[in-house]
Amino acid sequence: MMLTAEECEILTLSMRVAVWAVLVSLPFAVAVAYALARLDFPGKTLFDATVHLPLVLPPVVVGYVLLLLLGKRGPVGSFLDEWFGVVVAFRWTGAALAAGIMGFPLMVRAIRLSFESIDRKLESAASTLGAGRVGVFLTVTLPLALPGIITGVLLSFARGLGEFGATITFVSNIPGETRTLPLAIYTLTQTPAGDAAALRLSLVAVLLSLVALYVSEVLVRRAARRVRGDDADGRH
Amino acid sequence: MTLTVDIERRLGAFRLKTAFEAGEGVTALFGRSGAGKTSIVNAIAGILRPDRGRIEINGDTVFDSERGIDVRTPRRRIGYVFQEGRLFPHLNVRQNLRYAGLFSRGTPPSEFAHVVELLGLKDLLDRRPGNLSGGEKQRVAIGRALLSRPRLLLLDEPLASLDAHRKGEVLQYIELMRDEIKVPIVYVSHSVEEVVRLADTVVLISAGEVSAVGAAEEVMGRSDLRASAFEGGAVIDAKVIEQDMQHDLATLAFDGGTLVVTNVDALIGEPVRVRIRARDVSIALKRPEAISIQNILAGTVREVGAERGGTVDVVIAVGGVLLRARVTQRAVDHLGLAPGLAVHALVKAVSLARAGSGSL
Repeated sequence: MMLTAEECEILTLSMRVAVWAVLVSLPFAVAVAYALARLDFPGKTLFDATVHLPLVLPPVVVGYVLLLLLGKRGPVGSFLDEWFGVVVAFRWTGAALAAGIMGFPLMVRAIRLSFESIDRKLESAASTLGAGRVGVFLTVTLPLALPGIITGVLLSFARGLGEFGATITFVSNIPGETRTLPLAIYTLTQTPAGDAAALRLSLVAVLLSLVALYVSEVLVRRAARRVRGDDADGRH
Repeated sequence: MTLTVDIERRLGAFRLKTAFEAGEGVTALFGRSGAGKTSIVNAIAGILRPDRGRIEINGDTVFDSERGIDVRTPRRRIGYVFQEGRLFPHLNVRQNLRYAGLFSRGTPPSEFAHVVELLGLKDLLDRRPGNLSGGEKQRVAIGRALLSRPRLLLLDEPLASLDAHRKGEVLQYIELMRDEIKVPIVYVSHSVEEVVRLADTVVLISAGEVSAVGAAEEVMGRSDLRASAFEGGAVIDAKVIEQDMQHDLATLAFDGGTLVVTNVDALIGEPVRVRIRARDVSIALKRPEAISIQNILAGTVREVGAERGGTVDVVIAVGGVLLRARVTQRAVDHLGLAPGLAVHALVKAVSLARAGSGSL
């Protein structure tokens, strides 16, 4: 099955949106997950709930809130435009932002779980060997949380690829700019005689998801083995 | 090296109130499980914060509640070998050993090689902790702690999770380390064998408080402490003077005579430490003949203890060494045992507590 130039464009755009969404949100997700797993601070429950909002809200609402805040006349949007010349509304960057926000709670949950499962005694052992707080985090906590981080990245990436409601509300459905895979499929289903093309794109989406799942499964298994302390070749 | 600990800490209903000083060599914190031994070493390492008190290492104050000093763990330069090893599972043995070097100026190659050699880690370097036996893990953990160049090494029941065979193996390595690398050691244990074999100084801990401090020979020989954790007996430093390979016997000389013992894995001239339990010593007024017991030592009764459960501990001076014999009150009356009486101590069993004691 060869892809047409238009289909290639849609695919590249979708990948770009999802990859950037993951890359930019990852450091924040790690920080938030660490705070939720390890720190105690006032308002923690409220903070936790806020982080999880995109998971329970209708995506359209998230997109609408983004539009209100970050649209050209929105308080944040106009500020960014005036001071930095940055506009995200109706741009692919806006699509990436929407995808990142929708995938954020999934990423945080996975990473938080793996922070919580780390044996903290290993961290105190590291501190007796001269590692300060940052050193402990970078050399023990983060590597041991790797399986959770990979899982979180996959979940958020898949959520980003499939993101529809928030995207179409916030950045509309502009061919070549914000028309990602799900938006293109939706558009085709609304077009007379677009059924065959919609089916082709749907197949692409299925393939993409399978590949992503497979790759992450392999990576998670390898990382989990490392974290358990077995040899890389699985010898016991 | 001196270690001064004077701390108080409340842990729920349990109260830790400990003060002791330790010098060169191996200091054993000895007591039952739950006595607060681990809390004490955690406080020394800076993992547990005392409510009040002071901790000094070599005159350097690492904790002082009054002056508001609390040096953080990574800056205390204390090596800590935990009960469960706590090797980093995501790193192989070599990386585990080099870990401390990440946060200092690196480990000199000669030192790395020395520690690897000393603890027999060469064949393990590329393995991962998940594939090591319990004993191997502990050896790596000891090596890792040593390579952080500590000024004090804490070992918290490092043999507790090992079977008897592995225990012996790791114990040998600990002895080697003690003799080769002159790092002062605080050794936590509830095992008499380990303490007698390793320790120079013993701090006896019960219910969060120090109940005795002193040289290993003294503290471990005090029978009045038997109720607290262990059996009374005598600990004697001796030297191998003869090896009879044919009968697997060795003759040890000590300040007071000689002892014939079996299974001594030491060379002629090597210092050893033996332990003779009070219940393994009997008393005779005349030197018995035609008897299977090999070790019969002439001595003088120094002290007859108080009766406890029908038995009495009698202290017998043999040369410069004090032996203990546990006999019944009836035997004391029957033989007329009293201080100054010349007797013969019949030693039924001698256990080797420590090979290579002292400096090699």
